[in-house]
Amino acid sequence: MTTAYDHKPETPDDVEPGDAVHPGHPVTVDRYTVGARINHWITATSLVLLALSGMALFTPRLFFLTSLFGGGQWTRAIHPWIGVVLFFSFLLLFVRFFKANLPAREDVTWVAHSADLLAGREEKMPEVGKYNAGQKFVFWSMSGLIIVLIASGVVMWDQYFYDLTTIEQKRIAILVHAIAAVCIICVWIIHVYAAIWVKGTIGAMTRGKVTGGWAWRHHRKWLRELVGKKPPRAPAE
Amino acid sequence: MFPPIPNPSVAPDAAKPRFGEKDIVRRSASEVTPPAERLTEVAKLIDVTKCIGCKACQAACLEWNNLTEEIGFNHGVYENPMDLTPNTFTLMRFTEWENPETENLEWLIRKDGCMHCEDPGCLKACPAPGAIVQYSNGIVDFQHANCIGCGYCIKGCPFNIPRISKVDHTAYKCTLCSDRVAVGQGPACQKACPTQAIVFGTKQEMKDWADFRIKDLKSRGFDNAGLYDPQGVGGTHVMYVLHHADTPSIYAGLPDNPTISPIVDAWKGVTKYVGLAVMGFAAAAGFLHYVVAGPNKVSAEDEENAEKLTEGTAPPPPDPAQSQGNTQHGSTP
Repeated sequence: MTTAYDHKPETPDDVEPGDAVHPGHPVTVDRYTVGARINHWITATSLVLLALSGMALFTPRLFFLTSLFGGGQWTRAIHPWIGVVLFFSFLLLFVRFFKANLPAREDVTWVAHSADLLAGREEKMPEVGKYNAGQKFVFWSMSGLIIVLIASGVVMWDQYFYDLTTIEQKRIAILVHAIAAVCIICVWIIHVYAAIWVKGTIGAMTRGKVTGGWAWRHHRKWLRELVGKKPPRAPAE
Repeated sequence: MFPPIPNPSVAPDAAKPRFGEKDIVRRSASEVTPPAERLTEVAKLIDVTKCIGCKACQAACLEWNNLTEEIGFNHGVYENPMDLTPNTFTLMRFTEWENPETENLEWLIRKDGCMHCEDPGCLKACPAPGAIVQYSNGIVDFQHANCIGCGYCIKGCPFNIPRISKVDHTAYKCTLCSDRVAVGQGPACQKACPTQAIVFGTKQEMKDWADFRIKDLKSRGFDNAGLYDPQGVGGTHVMYVLHHADTPSIYAGLPDNPTISPIVDAWKGVTKYVGLAVMGFAAAAGFLHYVVAGPNKVSAEDEENAEKLTEGTAPPPPDPAQSQGNTQHGSTP
């Protein structure tokens, strides 16, 4: 082969630091570093706590959820602070992951074939990099919605920011916050469901590894890049 | 003169509250069975045309409720403090208004405070069960033990009345002296008013008294004199007699047509139901898909292919156009 190093290869956008493939039986692939995993789980915990405390204040039927946080007063006081934790934690995740989530050509084909994926005909899907278009959708919707939520959340954080906005602005903020929260919970459901549905995925975020078969099946382009990235084991010919 | 409310009896049973839990018609974030018997609706009538701006009502309010306002600053105007606070449930607002018809300067003094709406926006916005209640006599009262200090009542209120205390993080506003009314007394502000600009009685009595006052004002040339009992919030249990009832907003921004904001309605109404439905649908769709389509499992063949790939014997990408760009073709033998 002569093509591999013809042009100085930059690391592809979707190969993140720490991604590596380990040949063997089975092949294992490092997908998330320990830092990324801790970062992810802090974000995830915050999001779940925010959803629970937020829903408690969203509808009286779920007000009983406030008892998880030590009562209504505590829920009201702690919710915005968890939001701040989530915002900064997600900011780090964003910096880590945004490059691999930039749009790629195969995303269009992937979306066009998404019905095949849901129907279990994965062989019809294009080869994708570290993230498919669905994962990119989750990433970018989370990013956008978190910005909307933190911005509207600050507007309604009366304890510290009451004087900065008018009541009418606060009313708009509260409606926007509620709608954005519903959206982000739906995105979260998609995210969690995908992780449950696609077997072998959760290990990526717990132990940081997936099997080669998993990478071959779901992120073949990424796997090929990782295999190609490996220092060449002597010229093949 | 409106007949003053007599002093309370000193008989032991006179102190028994005449209304309470059993008379609650609305309770925030909860459903209540309305009481079989409704109390007579009460109201406070504030006759702005008779007010001399002495602030006796403001002082009486602090005193009865055992509150102390912080010592503030003189801003060069009569308002003191400059706005309602968690301690100041009622505030005299002074407006110097030049009447364009007569070119006279008119000093409009309005006693601001909770209007005790028949359709209370604060109560509808409140997420905490029982933090705001409405009694069948029309009094809207905050129950501080249940308040969580979220400030949603502020967004629900069309009159910008409730204030959150920085001390105990609960919302405060005029109670219409529910504790005094319960034992047959009028509110403290009414009791203190030296000119009967504030009177208290049943809502009907107050409307009748207002009619009498408005007739008197009209006979004196105030053609637009009228009663402020805004129907956008179902009427209120604190009403004003205004000399210029056609333009309430000249009285320090009294809303011309107060209603619960449509944004608040949308938030507490359709958003809640649609939101819960959408989230429920998303979860149900996931569950259904799993049941119907089953898990997406990695096959033994996939593992073999990966092994071949690392050994350099796997098939190349099917269509270079799809995997072009960064792929290194490392697997080409």
